Amino acid sequence: MNLHQFDVVVVGAGGAGLMAGLYASRGANTAVVSKLYPTRSHTGAAQGGIAASLGNIQGDNPDWHTYDTVKGSDYLGDQDAIEFMCHEAPQTVFDLENYGLPFDRTPEGRIQQRNFGGHTNNETGKPVPRACHAADRTGHMILQTLYQQCIKNQVTFFDEYQVIDLLLVDSKAAGVVALELATGELHTFHAKAVIFATGGHGRIFEVTSNAYAYTGDGAAVVLRRGIPLEDMEFFQFHPTGIYKLGILITEGVRGEGGVLINGKGERFMPKYAPNIKDLASRDVISRAIYTEIREGRGVDGKNYVWLDARPESVIKYAAQDGRTNPDGSPYTITADELLKKLPDIVDFNRVYLGIDPMTEMMPIQPTAHYTMGGIPTNKYGEVVIDDKNTVFPGLYAAGECACVSVHGANRLGCNSLLDILVFGKHSGLRSAEYAKQTDFEKLPDDPTAATRAQFEALRDASGTENAFDIANELKNVMFDEVGIYRNEQGMRLAIGKLAQLTERFRHVHITDTGSIFNTELLNAWELGNMLEVADVIAQSAVNRQESRGGHSREDFPKRDDQNWLKHTLAWHRNGKVEIGYKPVVITKYQPKERVY
Amino acid sequence: MQVTLKIFRYNPQVDTRGHYETYTLEADENERVLDLLELVKGHHDGTLSFRRSCAHGICGSDAMRINGQNHLACKTLVRDFGAQITIEPLLGLKIIKDLIVDMEPFFDNYKKVLPYFINDSPLPADGKERLQSPKQRARFDETTKCILCAACTTSCPSFWASDDYLGPAALVTAHRFIFDSRDEGASERLKIVSETSGVARCHTVFNCTLACPRDIQITKAIGELKTAIITGKLD
Repeated sequence: MNLHQFDVVVVGAGGAGLMAGLYASRGANTAVVSKLYPTRSHTGAAQGGIAASLGNIQGDNPDWHTYDTVKGSDYLGDQDAIEFMCHEAPQTVFDLENYGLPFDRTPEGRIQQRNFGGHTNNETGKPVPRACHAADRTGHMILQTLYQQCIKNQVTFFDEYQVIDLLLVDSKAAGVVALELATGELHTFHAKAVIFATGGHGRIFEVTSNAYAYTGDGAAVVLRRGIPLEDMEFFQFHPTGIYKLGILITEGVRGEGGVLINGKGERFMPKYAPNIKDLASRDVISRAIYTEIREGRGVDGKNYVWLDARPESVIKYAAQDGRTNPDGSPYTITADELLKKLPDIVDFNRVYLGIDPMTEMMPIQPTAHYTMGGIPTNKYGEVVIDDKNTVFPGLYAAGECACVSVHGANRLGCNSLLDILVFGKHSGLRSAEYAKQTDFEKLPDDPTAATRAQFEALRDASGTENAFDIANELKNVMFDEVGIYRNEQGMRLAIGKLAQLTERFRHVHITDTGSIFNTELLNAWELGNMLEVADVIAQSAVNRQESRGGHSREDFPKRDDQNWLKHTLAWHRNGKVEIGYKPVVITKYQPKERVY
Repeated sequence: MQVTLKIFRYNPQVDTRGHYETYTLEADENERVLDLLELVKGHHDGTLSFRRSCAHGICGSDAMRINGQNHLACKTLVRDFGAQITIEPLLGLKIIKDLIVDMEPFFDNYKKVLPYFINDSPLPADGKERLQSPKQRARFDETTKCILCAACTTSCPSFWASDDYLGPAALVTAHRFIFDSRDEGASERLKIVSETSGVARCHTVFNCTLACPRDIQITKAIGELKTAIITGKLD
């Protein structure tokens, strides 16, 4: 048996996993286990920036950041955790810089910051530059810098190991079982503490900005072990993905002055968000785009609009908005300057569309981007499993796969890069402390039994179903019926379809019988995860009879604080999804109408 | 349009050597080569194995030889190649299965150049960021773009000859830190890259610069390392 023993095992090596590994390894024997080489993790795709109220361009403070995040969450975020995160933010960014991250710089040599959706000066209500950035590849630089620090600190990695199962003994975490992709062998990792940092599940939707790796593995693994998921109905559709491809065009383009234009050549955001217009919260903008398209104002009647980042447009609309430089002069920008700030965006447009965004407008549509929901944790990254926030000993989660909740019903841009670092760090620290005070649980006699059973079921499935086709049908129904706008009928249709797909999945035919890099078997296992997670999402969504943040219902269009100011908890028990609730933590900010 | 894909196949548990399989598909000229690979795997042959993740040229997972040149499969479109597309694994690294190669020697070389920020001086007294001017920041901007895809290193004849040559990607990493005004490890790293497995093996073939999907001028960066070694000065 391949048996390894570590005090702390981190599953996933993106920003949250690497941060957890870095901090846990300082106090405990730690291993980071990832299905990808760490630098392939999806953190690397993040573009726009990491939010922190440094105030390097204009006055700012963590309380404004807190309020913006609470409002952005449509009042579903837990305010104690949000306050914690926003106050940790400046030091988090300075720590990154001290680790060597090459932030862009102001003329004074300080970290450069840009405007971003939903981040405001709370006194004037106007956008405040809070997003600290490295060109438009901030995520790439964070991922590289953290991986480099892990190398420097000799953190132990198991690269290309897919964690399949969580081991629980006496209702405590006891380790994980993983498949080594290169050999097909199973490995048991005996641990005192397990931290899940496995990212999101955008691949359940047809048009997504997410990597192939984002199949909700961590969520599915804990769900199967009786742990609930929180707020899964809240999924963010980022307003600006490249039409049809879903590839992300950062909000930073709008931060630098880009605007959205419909098929009639009108800048339409002022209708929906009169104050900050194109820099409103993402759910507001995605709904606006969707509405414009539905009412026939898409380009050529198709389902996309334009993102205009041409310098002359940026200058024209900046003047209309009264945007000025810090010294009060009118805001201007040249093509060269925009190119320097957004080089990757220019590259994507050139490669995939053959257009130059400095002289042409970009065709965009909303793209499935981020899950606000996930594995419930408190603000230390400890997994909590009921409405009283009872801690599950030895189990932790951080990053997109976790729900603290700091994003509530909708996440502001640049808060995810912050989230993963703050809660990655704290789950690392907390788990190492826990490991010092705990002994190893005795492993079950046959730790890999459940894992082998899952693979046997897949390998021995007697059927002719094609996993690729089932996956495509899943993506279609989720994008159409559990997407930006939802209604009872559509969600029930989706739930019925998911049940059918799940039954067909039991008869999937795997042609690859090998054990070395059997990616067909792996993809099928990932499809199983996506089906389970999609079911939880659809059921949670049809259950919540209101609209809030990223969950918009045509049949319940208003936010209903009286009945629904609470988090959803969902278990997979007794063969079905069971729903519970837990209270939202409200400290300073009473819910009010959310207008941008 | 109809596209004919000729793909290198090798199953280590069955084959003694690699061979080519041909698949014919209907494809749009704007589709990515990666999309075609996924279609082949989904509908024609589920055993076809390849690495991929982000599907838009950022993660570096899917570097491979397409029509004889190194590219990222997700960043190259059918219209870049036409109706006949040959797909093979990268050269110079051991083939594990189909289009998957052993990346360990590549990452080992990366780790040899001290690929992390070195600065043991006291942190700024105000507890904030170390200062760096925009000009200083621009000096090493290009080499921060590397996604470790290995397209450069596996296009280099010196690396094909011997994988103990550090290779373009490791040298790009060294450059990123050496020319970062905040880093203090320049002389240590210059010493490493001045050894026989370092910059001396670069014979300015330029394959790396052509192969790089991030448009990094790699040969130029290696040249700057050579100049720094010879002159003893960074700029």
